[in-house]
Order: sequence, then structure tokens, then C-alpha cells
Amino acid sequence: MTELFYSGAVVAVIATLLVIVQTNVVHALIYLVLSLLAVAVVFFSVGAPFVAILEAIVYAGAIMVLFLFVVMMLNLGQRSRDQEKDWLPARSWLVPSVLAAVLLMQLTASFPAAQTQIVEVGARAVSELLFGPYVLAVELASFLLLAGLVSAYHIAKK
Amino acid sequence: MESIPFEHGLMLAATLFCLGLIGVMTRRNIVFVLMSLEIMLNASGLAFIVSGSRWGGADGQVMFLMILTLAAAEVAVGLGLIIQLYKRFKTIDIDVLSALKG
Repeated sequence: MTELFYSGAVVAVIATLLVIVQTNVVHALIYLVLSLLAVAVVFFSVGAPFVAILEAIVYAGAIMVLFLFVVMMLNLGQRSRDQEKDWLPARSWLVPSVLAAVLLMQLTASFPAAQTQIVEVGARAVSELLFGPYVLAVELASFLLLAGLVSAYHIAKK
Repeated sequence: MESIPFEHGLMLAATLFCLGLIGVMTRRNIVFVLMSLEIMLNASGLAFIVSGSRWGGADGQVMFLMILTLAAAEVAVGLGLIIQLYKRFKTIDIDVLSALKG
């Protein structure tokens, strides 16, 4: 399991790095799908198989496909691909990378040390929580989805 | 029973979050900005899962479900906004959105 964790982690970091430096939108989306699947592998290796499958099906399978639909619909063309290269000179990466590195160092310094015993917490345990203490959160999530649906319909129409 | 150091899981989440942050700050194409936001959301979800695994309960997974729902709703609205931006300005450059500039 630990080998699975570390290999999934390495693939996720490399794929995410490739997403943010890409100039072609569709290539970046495919790398993002790869990153999400690698994170699903990480979820599986720390003992959360239910959300691993959910991440693969919902995040990589629905949300990223939605992205792809919209990008294909916009149909940007070669001019946009050349434009992307112009928008990314090498010096434009310097300040954001420094700021994010400072944040990363601060975050890293604050981690508590512990060993995670890998106990597999399956779908049944999650469902018992969802129908029990967190039933209100499920209802609120459905409100949020309804609000998102109505706004997306309203915003995207003529 | 196998174990993974807790800091390594959180370090992975922090790294992915900071990479997404770099993407949001640097890119001018609005689709890339939205993609980087998704990376950040996924990284925070990963932090929740790793923390839930450390304490052995299913609470981290429940929180991740909420984050997933949030990400789906946000992507739907964000893509609608991208479509509107393209319809009105014929470009996906976020620098054209300067009407509020002082």
C-alpha cells in the first residue's frame, strides 16, 4: 500500500505540474484527468476506496468531461494556441512561484507528526454517517446543486 | 498493519494546492484559471481524506463528498461564465474584464 501511495503521489505532482505549464488546453485537460486518477489511487492507498471510485467517476469522469465539452464548443483554433505561448514568458512564473513556495514552506512547517494506520473505511461506514449525523449536510448539498443548476442555465443562455 | 506517515499525505496535499495556486496566479486564459481552481479544490479534498484516515473514521470522506458537490456546482457556473465571456468579448483573455478598473 505504501508503494501505491508514493507512486500515486509522484504521478499526481508531475501531472499537475504539466497541467499548469501547458499551452494547449486539451492537453492540459488530459493531464488534469491523469492527476485526478492518480489522486484516486492515493485515496485508495490510505484506505478510502469509496471516495477513490467517486473521484474517478464524478471528478475525472463528469466534471472534466464537462470542461472538455465547453472547450470543444468554444473551438478556439490555432490562433489561440499561438497566443498562449505569447502569454507565458519565462519571467511571468517567477513571482507566483516564490509566493507559492513561501506558502508551501509555511504549510510544511505546521504538520503534526503521526503515523496513519491504514484502516479501510468502506462505503457502509460513509453511508451510516451520511444518513445519520450528516443528513442535513446532504440536504444542503442538494440545495447547492439546485442553485448551481439554475444559475448555470440562466447564465449560459442568450 | 501498514502505515503511511501523516506528514507525507499532508505534504502531497500542500504541494498540489500550491501548484494550483501558481496556475491561478500566472495564467491569462480563463479555462486554465478554472482548471487550476479545480486542482486546489482537489488538493484540499485530499487533505481531508488523509486526515480522516489518520483518525480512522469516515468523516473525512463525508467532507470530501461535500467538496465534490461544491466543485461540481462551481464548475457548472464557471463554465457558463466562460461561455458568456467568449460570446461578448470573442476572447478568453481575462485581461479584457477591466470595466471596474478605477
